[in-house]
Amino acid sequence: MNSFTYARPDDITEALREKSIQVETTKFIAGGTNLLDLMKENVERPTRLIDLNRLPLSQIEELPDGSLRLGALATNADTAYHPEVQSRYPLLNQAILAGASPQLRNMATDGGNLLQRTRCYYFYDLATPCNKREPGTGCSAIGGYNRIHAILGASAECIATHPSDMCVALAALGATVQVSHPTGERSIPFEDFHRLPGNTPHLDNNLTPGELITSIDLPAKGFEKNFSYLKLRDRSSYAFALISVAAALELDGDRITDARLALGGVAHKPWRDQEAEALLIGQPATSDTFRRAAAKVVEGAQGQGSNDFKIELAKRAIVRALKQAAEMSEEVNVNVFQNSNP
Amino acid sequence: MMTTDYIGKPTNRVDGPAKVAGTAKYAAEFNVPNLLYGYVVSSPIAKGKITKINAEEVLALPGVHKVFSHENVPSLAWFDRSYKDDVAPGGSPFRPLHSAEVKYSQQPVALVVADTFELARYAASVLEIEYEQTAHETDLSKHIDDAREPGGGKTGYKPPKSRGNFGRGWEQGVAKVEANFQHGAQHHNPMENFATTVEWLGDKSLNVYDKTQGAFNSQQYIMKVFGLSKDQARVISKYTGGGFGSGLRPQYQLFLAVLASLELERSVRVSLTRQQMFSFGHRPHTLQHVALATNADGSLSGINHFAVAETSQFEDFTENVVGWSGMIYDCKNVKLGYRLSKLDVYTPLDMRAPGAASGSIALEIAMDEMAEAAGLDPVEFRLRNYADYDQEQNLPFSSKKLRDCYHEGATKFGWANRNPAPRSMRQGNRLIGWGMAGGIWDSATQPAQAKASLDADGHLRVQSGSNDIGTGTYTIMTQIAAETLGLPIEAVTFELGDTLMPEAPVQGGSWTASSVGTAVRKACQALGEKLLKQAQKMDESAFADATIDDVQFVNGQLRLRTDPDQAVVLRDLVQASGEPRLEAENSKLPGMLGMLKPAQYSMHAHNAVFVEVQVDEELGTIHVTRVVNAVAAGRILNPKTARSQVLGSVVWGISMALMEESVMDHRFGRYMNHNYAEYHIPVNADIHDIDVIFVHEEDDKVNELGVKGIGEVGLLGVAAAISNAVYHATGKRVRDMPVMIDKLL
Ligand SMILES: Cc1cc2nc3c(=O)[nH]c(=O)nc-3n(C[C@H](O)[C@H](O)[C@H](O)COP(=O)(O)OP(=O)(O)OC[C@H]3O[C@@H](n4cnc5c(N)ncnc54)[C@H](O)[C@@H]3O)c2cc1C
Ligand code: SF4
Repeated sequence: MNSFTYARPDDITEALREKSIQVETTKFIAGGTNLLDLMKENVERPTRLIDLNRLPLSQIEELPDGSLRLGALATNADTAYHPEVQSRYPLLNQAILAGASPQLRNMATDGGNLLQRTRCYYFYDLATPCNKREPGTGCSAIGGYNRIHAILGASAECIATHPSDMCVALAALGATVQVSHPTGERSIPFEDFHRLPGNTPHLDNNLTPGELITSIDLPAKGFEKNFSYLKLRDRSSYAFALISVAAALELDGDRITDARLALGGVAHKPWRDQEAEALLIGQPATSDTFRRAAAKVVEGAQGQGSNDFKIELAKRAIVRALKQAAEMSEEVNVNVFQNSNP
Repeated sequence: MMTTDYIGKPTNRVDGPAKVAGTAKYAAEFNVPNLLYGYVVSSPIAKGKITKINAEEVLALPGVHKVFSHENVPSLAWFDRSYKDDVAPGGSPFRPLHSAEVKYSQQPVALVVADTFELARYAASVLEIEYEQTAHETDLSKHIDDAREPGGGKTGYKPPKSRGNFGRGWEQGVAKVEANFQHGAQHHNPMENFATTVEWLGDKSLNVYDKTQGAFNSQQYIMKVFGLSKDQARVISKYTGGGFGSGLRPQYQLFLAVLASLELERSVRVSLTRQQMFSFGHRPHTLQHVALATNADGSLSGINHFAVAETSQFEDFTENVVGWSGMIYDCKNVKLGYRLSKLDVYTPLDMRAPGAASGSIALEIAMDEMAEAAGLDPVEFRLRNYADYDQEQNLPFSSKKLRDCYHEGATKFGWANRNPAPRSMRQGNRLIGWGMAGGIWDSATQPAQAKASLDADGHLRVQSGSNDIGTGTYTIMTQIAAETLGLPIEAVTFELGDTLMPEAPVQGGSWTASSVGTAVRKACQALGEKLLKQAQKMDESAFADATIDDVQFVNGQLRLRTDPDQAVVLRDLVQASGEPRLEAENSKLPGMLGMLKPAQYSMHAHNAVFVEVQVDEELGTIHVTRVVNAVAAGRILNPKTARSQVLGSVVWGISMALMEESVMDHRFGRYMNHNYAEYHIPVNADIHDIDVIFVHEEDDKVNELGVKGIGEVGLLGVAAAISNAVYHATGKRVRDMPVMIDKLL
């Protein structure tokens, strides 16, 4: 890890000013759960850190239009267990709790969660080429070990996935990211926040280097009646998703009147599929309907070798998640176990 | 057998409070004054040579003292034998920083020493090293054909012995199965990373705080390599945060820390990162083939077990993968084979139940397939082929209660309710499967020494330079000593992990309880004799004519068996002696005798494992919801610490079966998941009910204590039983470990 200087401003203006001085080599730090790891591995080598923890951004509050504002510095744990989140956005609660571990969630912030970097093995290992880490050197994951890599929206330059669970729920719920920069503010719809790799895999998202996330706003509609976050991984906890599915439905009797469907672990960004959602809306909540939506999502999916299985797994996971959302029964929940001691 | 006030009781860990309160210090926690920190630079390439090291920029950083590399290491010991430790396999041991040659990825190529760890780490990250790469070979599956019989050289390793005529047995068989199996490399990954703190005492005298499973092994190594005397090289290792075999050989941080200390005449610490924990020994990637055939009555007419494993270019790491297959079941025609293929990797290393853990996966899955083909229940099939004597060595077993393991395990599990048909049990979305398997492991006893001393306050201090890798050695040795001299446990302190103490072997092979336990008992018995002599010196001593067999040690007293009122307090005997303490040693090497005489018995521990899995068929997720592990391992010294050992083994087996694998990208010859986030071992949520049964087994032949050791046997069969249960649940046989989601879709 290289030496760096450190500042801990009290307000947003000061934080933005500090950042603007050497915008490319200065990094904000919030919970530090991702940035510090990357610094220890020499993947990130900032010369200056701006600690955000004194900024007044840890509030979770309802806005006049009924939406819920999650301050960028609210921790993942405080967010998941906030009464408004638990009652109005249980999908988000489930997604956050499916990620990392209690200790990490106590440190990790909502803003930092959006900006966590890929878990691609090669990205983390300086001994191997990686376009995301060092543009132009090549993508080692292509033709290599790519179990946790993308099946959708990848490019010949990068097949990494965005590792967040929280973001999959945020994509499904249609959140908005509020951002400040030295000359003003802007709102970024969640779908436009993260990027596909294309030929600029070093860019994970559309935030410019001088910008600060101030909050993430959830629209009033929370799909609190019919939802499911299904995460499939190589162990029961403390592992990133091979496939995760955030499914949310609005039902009128048996008929689907609104639907949201987003996947994690499949692409360079949380993958919401509005065409698949359209195939659900207006249809009966049956396995057939779910299968059609699932088939739509994986249209054009491409395996890379060790992750070929994820195409089929994604389909099955989508069907299951939609079913769980429609039935809201523990019976179909993959994570609940009882033994059958005779 | 002996009286049991302590032995066999679930005594709490005597080292528990120190560990919980953080006063137990590990190798990297000795903050000696004026310490320098070394950070290891690891090779990014798997094969080639270093062409240039440009250290100028790094050395210019204030606070950086030195960059060690092959370019400036002083001349050290010349011959290979100086680099051979007690556990070294045959070949030519790896010498860190010895030459420009790179033999494997992540090889240590330089050590940067600086005032702080952070500075050393930073300096290491900017050190410029140029390499010339040559083509490497790391893929075992491409080198099966070049595999050959291993050279010897590893203590305890015997090549597998075939017997009878397998070809005929196979011909004769009415039912047959034949299949290939494999598992990838696995790294021990104990919680505590490897580290060495060397305290420079002046004049080449060192206190070496080392992470190791054998302080004497580390001491011998540095004495030979650096030409130090025993007095100059004291090695201390009182607490070890897990070993699993990784600490059996001195690791390179020991070499580097001692080198830097001697060269800089300063105290130096070198600790490895988690990533670097993947840069040395590992359980080798192993490919196996098993063929079994049965006669009409379900008896085995032939067993064929063949394994090919990887080793390094410089050493032949051998382990007993296939030998067990000639021992655990009754069969006349057994053909066994074991070969190694040399690859550009580091030498593999014993890892918990080395060899058996690998071999039992193949054999026990094949046994399940064979049982089905023969139309028999898997337990019934094993009972029909029960070996009553060891046919490999042609010896009777000293004891073998495997039958009881099957019975007690099956009863506890409810095996009788099993519907043999695959896919016959279901609960909601989930298929349920029940599977079982069994295992066998050596019960070895090694030479060990111990010293016991009783002071005038009646406190007994016992020492043996063994290790406690978390297994409970401190506790059981304290129990044995308290028992032998009839003292309350609070009046006994057992100490280990220091080369100033009497010598003990490395802690491995499940032999510590038997070996060090025997030494502790003998030292205490010798002290008992001294105490008796002292009692006989008293005026009108009631003990005047007593022999050691006529007396008892109870409640801190020496008593006459025939007249317990004739008693003298042990403390008073020490005081009467006029000495500050009375001491006795077991300096004979107890195991030596037994090792010279040809063995009269085959001595082994056994187990039988029963598991339930639940498989979500659509999604491929597997949960091991119940495990019953019945173990026959002779006398259980402490059922609490022993149970913990077996629980840990079961978790380990679940890990082997479902998640653990060091995945190599052969294009780079490098393990890519080299961290705890991506190298998966189970978390709490993966572990459900585990039941441990210790089957009653008395054995007066294995050693005086009747102890067989439980550190490894509990792991055997677990992974195979899980795979067998997955088959029972789904009808899919998975012979390629670990069984992950994709293998079930
Ligand atoms: C072992 C492990 C397992 C994990 N498992 C999971 C998992 O299963 N699922 C999952 O979703 N996550 C997982 N995580 C990731 C964890 O959720 C993220 O590390 C965490 O959310 C990041 O938040 P932070 O506040 O610590 O960010 P930091 O590490 O402080 O920052 C991350 C990045 O965000 C930038 N940043 C932070 N806040 C702002 C802001 N307000 N404006 C602009 N830039 C900002 C920083 O400059 C930095 O580049 C895991 C992490 C670890 C270490
Ligand atoms: S997938 Fe992306 S992050 Fe991974 S090696 Fe390729 S370029 Fe780098």
